[in-house]
Amino acid sequence: MSELLLRVRDLKTYFVTEQGGGTARAVDGVSFDLHAGETLGLVGESGCGKTVTSLSLLRLVPEPPGHILPGSFVELEGRNLLVLAPKELRAIRGNEMAMIFQEPMTSLNPVFTVGDQIAEAAIVHQRLGRRAARARAIEMLALVGIPDPETRVDSYPHQLSGGMRQRVMIAMALVCHPKVLIADEPTTALDVTIQAQILELLARLQTELGMAVILITHDLGIVAGTVDRVLVMYAGEVVETAATPELFARPLHPYTEGLLASVPRLDTPWPRRRLHSIPGQVPAATAWPSGCRFHPRCPYAWDRCVAEDPPLLDAGTGDPGSHGVRCWLLAEPARRTRQRPP
Amino acid sequence: MNARAAFALLGAVLLALFVVGEVRRRAGPSAAGRRFFRHPPAAWGMFILTFFVAVALAAPWVAPYGPSITLEIVALKNQPPSLLHPLGTDLYSRDVWSRLVYGSRVSLSIGALAMLVAVTVGAVVGAVAGYVRRWVDTALMRLVDVGLAVPRIFLLLMAIALWEHLPLALLVLLIGLTGWFGTSRLVRAEVLTLRERDFVAAARAAGAGGPRIIFRHVLPNVAAPIIVSAALGIGNVMLLEAGLSFLGLGVPPPMPSWGNMIADGAAQLATAPWTTVFPGVAIALVVMALNAVGDALRDAFDPRRATA
Amino acid sequence: MTTEFPLVLVHNLVKRFAAGRGLWGFGRSRGVVAAVDDVSFHIPPGQTLGLVGESGCGKTTVGRTILRLVEPDGGRVVVDGADIFALKATELRAVRRRMQIVFQDPYGSLNPRMSVRQTLVEPLVIHRLANGAKGERERRIDALLEEVGLDRRLAGSYPHELSGGQRQRVGIARALSVEPKFLVLDEPVSALDVSVQAQVLNLLSDLQERRHLTYLFIAHDLAVVRQIADEVAVMYLGKLVERAPAAVLYRSPRHPYTASLLSAVPVPDPNAQRQRIVLTGDVPSPAHPPPGCAFHPRCPHPKKDERCRTVPPPLREVAAGQLAACHFAEEPMP
Repeated sequence: MSELLLRVRDLKTYFVTEQGGGTARAVDGVSFDLHAGETLGLVGESGCGKTVTSLSLLRLVPEPPGHILPGSFVELEGRNLLVLAPKELRAIRGNEMAMIFQEPMTSLNPVFTVGDQIAEAAIVHQRLGRRAARARAIEMLALVGIPDPETRVDSYPHQLSGGMRQRVMIAMALVCHPKVLIADEPTTALDVTIQAQILELLARLQTELGMAVILITHDLGIVAGTVDRVLVMYAGEVVETAATPELFARPLHPYTEGLLASVPRLDTPWPRRRLHSIPGQVPAATAWPSGCRFHPRCPYAWDRCVAEDPPLLDAGTGDPGSHGVRCWLLAEPARRTRQRPP
Repeated sequence: MNARAAFALLGAVLLALFVVGEVRRRAGPSAAGRRFFRHPPAAWGMFILTFFVAVALAAPWVAPYGPSITLEIVALKNQPPSLLHPLGTDLYSRDVWSRLVYGSRVSLSIGALAMLVAVTVGAVVGAVAGYVRRWVDTALMRLVDVGLAVPRIFLLLMAIALWEHLPLALLVLLIGLTGWFGTSRLVRAEVLTLRERDFVAAARAAGAGGPRIIFRHVLPNVAAPIIVSAALGIGNVMLLEAGLSFLGLGVPPPMPSWGNMIADGAAQLATAPWTTVFPGVAIALVVMALNAVGDALRDAFDPRRATA
Repeated sequence: MTTEFPLVLVHNLVKRFAAGRGLWGFGRSRGVVAAVDDVSFHIPPGQTLGLVGESGCGKTTVGRTILRLVEPDGGRVVVDGADIFALKATELRAVRRRMQIVFQDPYGSLNPRMSVRQTLVEPLVIHRLANGAKGERERRIDALLEEVGLDRRLAGSYPHELSGGQRQRVGIARALSVEPKFLVLDEPVSALDVSVQAQVLNLLSDLQERRHLTYLFIAHDLAVVRQIADEVAVMYLGKLVERAPAAVLYRSPRHPYTASLLSAVPVPDPNAQRQRIVLTGDVPSPAHPPPGCAFHPRCPHPKKDERCRTVPPPLREVAAGQLAACHFAEEPMP
């Protein structure tokens, strides 16, 4: 097992809402490990807390109204990120841990050239002079596969297509060869052919540079093809975690099961059948259901599920702790029969 | 000041307090309400406006004398404030407080009505220009450009000069018709984005025609900037009216307006300052209150723009 | 393929957009973008045609032009016997009852100032429907809400109080309120979460069966289209490049672009060994389409040659019921 880079334990990020509607417990006790060279997938639908989790790692959550609770623990190579002074934190952001976002147009500053924006990270963190930084920017543009980098370095974001902008974002993030790259839905806004290009690029860069990647997405197809290990999130918690082949072969949490069954896919046999759908909708973060948060939508739920929120239980397959499931069905497997119509 | 007037005045103050309290209680808890009341001047502004409106409505009770009543001609000329005349008397031996009260009716209604005219014309022109586009848009916007380029006061002076004896209603109309240009630009800008929204396309797909779309779909969604623009604009109109009256071209005497009260008293500024100062303070208070409320309304309606 | 007379006939549809004008709006237009360039298809009643393509291919414009929400520049469209482009404004209004549209963005497709009830009643008012008995409109609205799976009590809610899935259902209910025969569905599930997507897709299938509706399903997600379409048409830079029954298209595409699209779609199966065809380069700008075959600069077909660079391939039948616009359609890529 390669070295442990990032340790997250019991991360909790809450938001105070204006309404007097209470606290939104967006991230409510998330824990995971990230090793060098590994790709970790954070999967979930909107409102599950995956984006807030990633923002919390870099402490990018706006302080009011959000706050990371004491008791949360985020450690990068042995240093606790949550207690660092702002100056030290800034030295880490963009340098050892970098992030790319979903919407490249709004993440790039429209009044600066892409070369300037890429060079900025080099200038700030590596103290390169202007000319050296520009050369570096051209290098990075070539690395991410942008044709004609010497000319493109002076382009403005609006002169580039969506796919190219995303490549620029990746270049910006990688200038300082970070050890951890957080990619928040990097391809959601892109066409599918461009998406394929970007995913291939990320995979190549990962091997070349030896980075670890946290990939946040709602697309299970991307997860299957790109990610080593998966964390499935629901209602602010991790509900299932497993290596990718294991998760798809043996999804044990009813939510994961439901998701996999409700995704339209290219490889189902003809004639087509009705899609399975998970009834109900994602609850609001200010009012998570009691007990197991998935119970109102779960086809197997019984009274224990309404009363107690299960901890992450070990599925018992493979290495200990390799497949965790937050579900009482692991304790009482006999209950895995449909009690409500699907 | 007599007892009846004093009580009526107290009543007006209490009413204003009550209204502000009620608004705070009912609208306060909502998101928009909280954004509104986050500005301390907003509540004060609301209080001042309600107070003056109440006073204007209750003029016969709050004012001990009629507006043009000339009291003892010689003895009461230019008297400083006293118990009997809390704001003093002017050079025509009229009670300043009573004139202020009746003048509030004139100034406030001119402000409100002129603004109503301006906002209505501006909104319709802007909406039509923004929705229909093509040559209609170009033509209307060039007209607006001209309107914005010509100084408003000169337009009004020219118009007033053409009439021997300007009826008040016409003055209001003229002020309104010279003041809609800015609103139309604002509305047009909003409409340009709104017309691309899917719900407008949905209405067209359902068979809705132009007028229905403009009045039922587009304009209600532009209400917020219009209301804010109106609140801020009333203050402008009142100042304009005061200026015109000061030049002798506004509200004709003996009907009091705050503007012509200032004009009347200007000659005595050194000897009897209260005749000018009090109406001036009244205008200043109302305009500031309108600005405060308008500002707060702008933040209340648009969550993205609210400052912390 | 049925032999019933098609409900929707589209012949040689053309829509161009001007790219910029000089002289502050009074001058002549500088360039022309052929957003829709000679598109033809037909849809039998009760069936679904899936129209797929990436951004900028013109599929959304096709949908809006068919409904005459955008004025066309050429072609002929017949819906339920009515020649849409030949109608006058008053006639068009009446015909609009037969064809409706559901939009992609549940947040933008409802008027924020109108309650659900007001949104649903408006089409009834415009077309003077359900006006007979007292409370008939109320009952109609209740029935619509139930049909799309929404609680009746939501009728008084405003859009900002509803979730994305609920808003989309309201949009569907609004489209159904006038009892149309033909629905254009413009990316109806793209903005929804995975679990809600499945619910809405199932709802659309049920509605189609129950009401015998005809759908034009516009989407960029091939897996979603596969779930609901009977026939699929693929667009690239304003032109149709392939059209075939769904089962055929997904199993054996004849156009290299279709093949590339299919291979680019990620499949939720880690064991899927697929030969990924990764296209190089970006989608060219619609304002400057490449000469000859519009796809040729990115085309990975091994037999690509001079003809591809100069001669635009016509859309022709290459197998039973399958049309493709490629010089080498008979020798598709593996």
